[in-house]
Amino acid sequence: MKLTKSFNRSLWAFHFNSGSCNGCEIEIVAAITPRYDPERFGIKLVGSPKHADILLVTGPVVKKMRDRLERVYQQMPDPKVVMCVGACGTSGGPFYDSYNLDGPVDDVIPVDVYVQGCPPRPEAIIHGVVVAQQKLERLEGEKA
Amino acid sequence: MSDDPQKKMTPYTVPIGPTHPALKEPVMFTFQMNGEQILKADFAPGQTHRGIEWMGMRRNPVQIVHLTDRICGICGVSHSLAFARAMEQIMEIEVPERADYVRTIIAEFERIQSHLLWAGVAAHELGFDTLLHLTWRVREQAMDTIELLTGNRVNYGIIQVGGVRRDFTPDQFPAIEETLQYYSDLKSKLLKIFLEDKTIQMRCRDCGVLSYDDALKLCTVGPTARASGLNMDVRVDYPFAAYGDLAIEPILPDAYMGETRGDVFDRIVVRLLEVDQSVDIIRQCLDRMPAGEVIAEPKLAKLLNQFKKAHGEALGRHEAPRGEVLHYVRMDGKEHPTSWKVKASSYSNLMSWIPMLEGEQIADIPIIVASIDPCLSCTDRVAVVRSGERGIMTKEELHRLSVEKTRRLSA
Repeated sequence: MKLTKSFNRSLWAFHFNSGSCNGCEIEIVAAITPRYDPERFGIKLVGSPKHADILLVTGPVVKKMRDRLERVYQQMPDPKVVMCVGACGTSGGPFYDSYNLDGPVDDVIPVDVYVQGCPPRPEAIIHGVVVAQQKLERLEGEKA
Repeated sequence: MSDDPQKKMTPYTVPIGPTHPALKEPVMFTFQMNGEQILKADFAPGQTHRGIEWMGMRRNPVQIVHLTDRICGICGVSHSLAFARAMEQIMEIEVPERADYVRTIIAEFERIQSHLLWAGVAAHELGFDTLLHLTWRVREQAMDTIELLTGNRVNYGIIQVGGVRRDFTPDQFPAIEETLQYYSDLKSKLLKIFLEDKTIQMRCRDCGVLSYDDALKLCTVGPTARASGLNMDVRVDYPFAAYGDLAIEPILPDAYMGETRGDVFDRIVVRLLEVDQSVDIIRQCLDRMPAGEVIAEPKLAKLLNQFKKAHGEALGRHEAPRGEVLHYVRMDGKEHPTSWKVKASSYSNLMSWIPMLEGEQIADIPIIVASIDPCLSCTDRVAVVRSGERGIMTKEELHRLSVEKTRRLSA
């Protein structure tokens, strides 16, 4: 995809685990390793939300992690896009009736892109990032 | 030094976590530090509690099998297998022999991908990112084979109470053989990269030592215990599935290195050799695999009816990549279990962090924490409280400290 003038930097993502089973985590890491290699397009995982354009949220948001998810979201600079990775963050998934959930994710923070699957394939995660980038470009364009 | 007695310099406290964004388990650590040295370590797990057992006691065992897949995304088959074995003992179901072999083969492929995943994470913690990318690239071969055999890359959903949900077809065997050959050819290369590399030796030898006595007292399991010289492996000690028919020896570091030190390096040795052991086990399974059915009761409605008549309690055990998993189930003539208890392998291993971490340096925290394979691959944020000032250390800074130590040692 051609980068527009309005979004002319590499896309960095921050990953937040809100109580996930780890399936989505390893698929996200698999997505950034050589088989798929999105780093050649500048897409990479960073260690601080303050550096990130995209927030990848996995897990159904357990009660202990709600406050942390909100704080991580607030630390990200605008424009920002939130991607919800996996079925449990979208709807609760297999954990829908648990007593310890404050989720799904869109009950806690606004979500822009949903990636379905339990867990989604790395290709699906990368496709989600591409969709998120289109939204970021639009947001950046509106800001200018 | 300050004259103010309130501003005591040592020991100061370093809390880490609990948000570790790229980890499976967010864990909160608290370290008492003297300069760079850890005096005392403490941790508080429990940030990913989803109430799975509570939910399971409201679902029927066929639904629980799919819930067990999602206890841990890496041990996709271990929990399901342990739960299914507990149910089969309660209901006295005889699992078809071919299903036992299918279960064993999938479990061993899982061990291959899990150990390679861990090896990559360990390399990343040392600042050796080339090796992270190399191991994750070779890991994709196992993921492809698992996907071919079960239909899923993660959370395979292949186990059912009484057997497996999918049989292997004849056209899949060449692909399995190709994967086994791929990992056999890779063995010497992987061992050379990990065990002969000077950087890895400097960072891992005599780092995070867990003595034989501590490993025994803290009830560690799996590769963590074997790296400290404990000769234990559920596959050998209490054979299940097809393991009773196969020739397996627990892998101990002294067989390869000539001595057991119980350090991080020994844990790397054990896991790398277990990759090769798994290849051997799958080969043995393929040679002996009998023909026949793969599930005792293919009709789910009939199976559900049998659950309602089941009475009794049982333990299901399995040697997961991280050690023994144990499921306790009690059925009291209802569709759902009256009691279900899960003991995962990392639960047994977590306490071993404390003797490993104490006395080590702050830059060694990532590799020691990762060495028991909780997949604690990175730490988001560290708040350093020093002489009343509060500074924030990000996971990147912690990682940078680790990388700098590697550079310092290599210089």
